Amino acid sequence: MMEVDRADGRSPNQLRPLACSRNLLNRAHGSARWSQGNTIVLAAVYGPKAGTRKNENPEKASIEAIWKPKTGQIGKPEREYEMILKRTLQSICVLTIHPNTITSVILQVINDDGSLLPCAINAACAALLDAGIPLKHLAVAVCCGLTESGYVILDPTKLEEQKMQGFSYVVFPNSAHTVLLKGPSQMDSEPMEHGVITSVTHGVMPVDDYLHSLERGRSASAKISDFIRRSLQSQVLDDPSKVK
Amino acid sequence: MESGNGGGGGKEGDLSGEMEVDAYRRLFPLRFYERHLLESVRPDARPLAHARDTSLALGAVATADGSALAKIGCTTMLAGIKLEVMTPSTDSPDEGCIAIEFYMPPICSPIVRPGRPAEVAPVIAKQLSDVILSSGMVNLKELSLISGKAAWMAYLDIYCLDADGALFDAALLSAVAAFSHLHLPPVSVNDDGRVVTMSKEQVEGNSAKEPVNKERRKLTLNSIPFSLTCILYKKYILVDPTAEEESIMESLVTVVLDTSGRLVSLYKPGGTVLAYTSTIQDCVALTRQRVKELRKILNEALVDMEVD
Repeated sequence: MMEVDRADGRSPNQLRPLACSRNLLNRAHGSARWSQGNTIVLAAVYGPKAGTRKNENPEKASIEAIWKPKTGQIGKPEREYEMILKRTLQSICVLTIHPNTITSVILQVINDDGSLLPCAINAACAALLDAGIPLKHLAVAVCCGLTESGYVILDPTKLEEQKMQGFSYVVFPNSAHTVLLKGPSQMDSEPMEHGVITSVTHGVMPVDDYLHSLERGRSASAKISDFIRRSLQSQVLDDPSKVK
Repeated sequence: MESGNGGGGGKEGDLSGEMEVDAYRRLFPLRFYERHLLESVRPDARPLAHARDTSLALGAVATADGSALAKIGCTTMLAGIKLEVMTPSTDSPDEGCIAIEFYMPPICSPIVRPGRPAEVAPVIAKQLSDVILSSGMVNLKELSLISGKAAWMAYLDIYCLDADGALFDAALLSAVAAFSHLHLPPVSVNDDGRVVTMSKEQVEGNSAKEPVNKERRKLTLNSIPFSLTCILYKKYILVDPTAEEESIMESLVTVVLDTSGRLVSLYKPGGTVLAYTSTIQDCVALTRQRVKELRKILNEALVDMEVD
């Protein structure tokens, strides 16, 4: 395959360096800072708090996502982000454990250098973990860009995003290292981590290119999920106070 | 709707034999639906892969430059386009502009309360403008009048009159129809150098001013986007959900394809059901089918319009 020139010299499949630190905020029940290169998002989780919002099912726990942009007020794109985050996080949380409660996830953008929403989803996930909210599995988000010439490049920067024909944000469950002997994670013989939790696309692209992006995103999500697992283990060892 | 209390084959301890269908539907909505799905039918007698009856009326708002009323089942959307002359930005001196707004007034659904805007309204507005602008359906250059001086600003406002599921599909259909109904009025430049719209008499009776564009013209729409929303539930795919179905089964996928078969958007905001590649391919295939239907409905509405 022909190589695609990327400004920062990465290969098409290469992600920017990932970093994740948790338990940064004192008052929050859980917090995390997630960075992919220069895209940095800080997430805080408060909850579960008593009560449910209007139009929510009181028999289940509900999640609210609050987006704080780097500057300015929130507009339509941010509202869309909030909705996507809320629905994505709802699908990974075990909502039956704390009925009639609300958990707030607050996302503060520290710097936006492309792939912002995936970075926020990863940050939110790490913060939920830090807060000890019961989760079915993690959500691993990645941005796949499609260049004008039809190549898929992963985790594009802002500059690359602007030059793109289209891009898609895809979210997968993390690969399960299950301790159950026979988990229900297998469905129709396809492993769970192949299923898409969330997909958002921008720009026009042929259907085959989208499916190709999915495949590439899937393999990248496995790498990110390994990273989360490693960072989780090292931090648990460093900080036994968090393990209650 | 008699299949709910059919008895037989139900789980043991199932109350369905002794309970009224409506009560059962309210109390155990998921079980009520599952029983239908086993028979590959939905409570409104539709097969799983059938969309509701869809109709389009062009020119529903007489004062707007382009308008349309779209109905998918009970979901009703009214779209209107107003044109205004504006000065184009220096970045794109020969392009017009489209501003899209989506309203959900309290009339449309019991969930929306007066004073508090519906949560989904700005999200649908954003999705609509993403889809319409990125699909390249409207060539913004066609909205230009005088390069760098004047261009059309098209305000597209969509009102949801009845929200009974698949809001985005109906909103996009009404938006597309409003654009295909849109006529750009003839304009001329007056002595002060301002752009004014010309009345019919002025165009016909040779007025001193030369019109900038000579006659009412329509936009040429290339590759029109159409969408289809599907619910994923277990291994079933339910096409074009009603509001009730959307509230019970939460994993939605909206696929937007244009008339040349390219993917404009694949939108799945979360949901407990994961979409595997085969599911996505099925949804895309269902959307292809639906695009053909919608295209036919739009063409018929346009032909009817011209006959009038």
